[in-house]
Amino acid sequence: MIYIKLLLTFFKIGLFSFGGGYAMIPMIEREIVEANGWIDSKEFVDIIAISEMTPGPIAVNSATYVGYKAAGLFGGLFATVGVILPSLILILIISHFFFKFKEHPKVKSIFNGIRPVIAGLIFGAAVFVAETSIFNGELSSLLSSKFNPLQYINWTSLLIFGATFFCLWKYKWHPILVIALSGTVGVILFYLGLVN
Amino acid sequence: MKKLLELFLVFARIGAFTFGGGYAMLPLLQKEIVDKRGWATDEELVDYYAIGQCTPGIIAVNTATFIGYKQKGIPGVIFATFGIVFPSLVIITTIAAFFVDFQKFAIVNHAFGGIRVVVVALITDAIIKLWKKSVKDWVGIIVFAISFLAIVFLDISPIVIIIASAALGIIIKHRRMDAQ
Repeated sequence: MIYIKLLLTFFKIGLFSFGGGYAMIPMIEREIVEANGWIDSKEFVDIIAISEMTPGPIAVNSATYVGYKAAGLFGGLFATVGVILPSLILILIISHFFFKFKEHPKVKSIFNGIRPVIAGLIFGAAVFVAETSIFNGELSSLLSSKFNPLQYINWTSLLIFGATFFCLWKYKWHPILVIALSGTVGVILFYLGLVN
Repeated sequence: MKKLLELFLVFARIGAFTFGGGYAMLPLLQKEIVDKRGWATDEELVDYYAIGQCTPGIIAVNTATFIGYKQKGIPGVIFATFGIVFPSLVIITTIAAFFVDFQKFAIVNHAFGGIRVVVVALITDAIIKLWKKSVKDWVGIIVFAISFLAIVFLDISPIVIIIASAALGIIIKHRRMDAQ
């Protein structure tokens, strides 16, 4: 039965992938394209592109898409339930203990130790997105002798970044407003011929 | 029931506007969960991310599960989690059913291009808010810098860095207790 198979396959994907959406992509490809042949590798590339461009977790988006392509509406539903179940069950167990012991001195000092790491990782995530939106290419090219800031920085994007950051920081704009506006500005700039 | 519905709606709103993975969700969580509703503190959000990095699965779902459980137990988990995936289900099913080559539409591409730029601004703003509560002393600053450099330039697994700094946290605590 394909629904059960989708559920179990995506359960496995959810259970064995660490570190969020991008880390899941090779595993999804192996299970979906190679092991089960639900879609071909060209279509897989499209699915990943679409999952990135649409809102929501990449793993959930690609599960819904693959499930729909393999077995229609219910296929999408079963694949999605499959991919989120491992997180749900594991975190349910962990949160039971977390809320019980989070005031314990040892637990507190562990999390005090970890928090700066998470701040560093999140800042790293911002840099990864910046490398393909505000900058042209990886930040490590800064170290190259041929580094040219005029070419490396996308100035229109940098300007938009600066303006948005100011509105967020100074005027506390709501993130949803900022996202909706930036999508619109992206389209307007294109039709005005200011970006290509 | 009212609270459960609210959990569903809040997480659906967050899911509908999260572009670019779990970390990009942080600014929305700060606004909707911490500032507006007080369902968690900034520190707790960071802790959920820490746990999410060390466990398999999807960070967005992990966070929804934590907050759902804290607010309303198991029913809360179900409503919050269903909320966070609901926009994906609707949007992706619509695209899969009705659009061929969706990713090649110019309008979609340029909207997405604009959004990617502000995602950087959103995350940067989120970090500044978290900074005071996460990086409390010079050890914190060093750990922050090492983690950032390790992930950007060295491609080291986040789990390794997290476990190492958890151990460091315990050692420092003991040192300080001995010193007193």
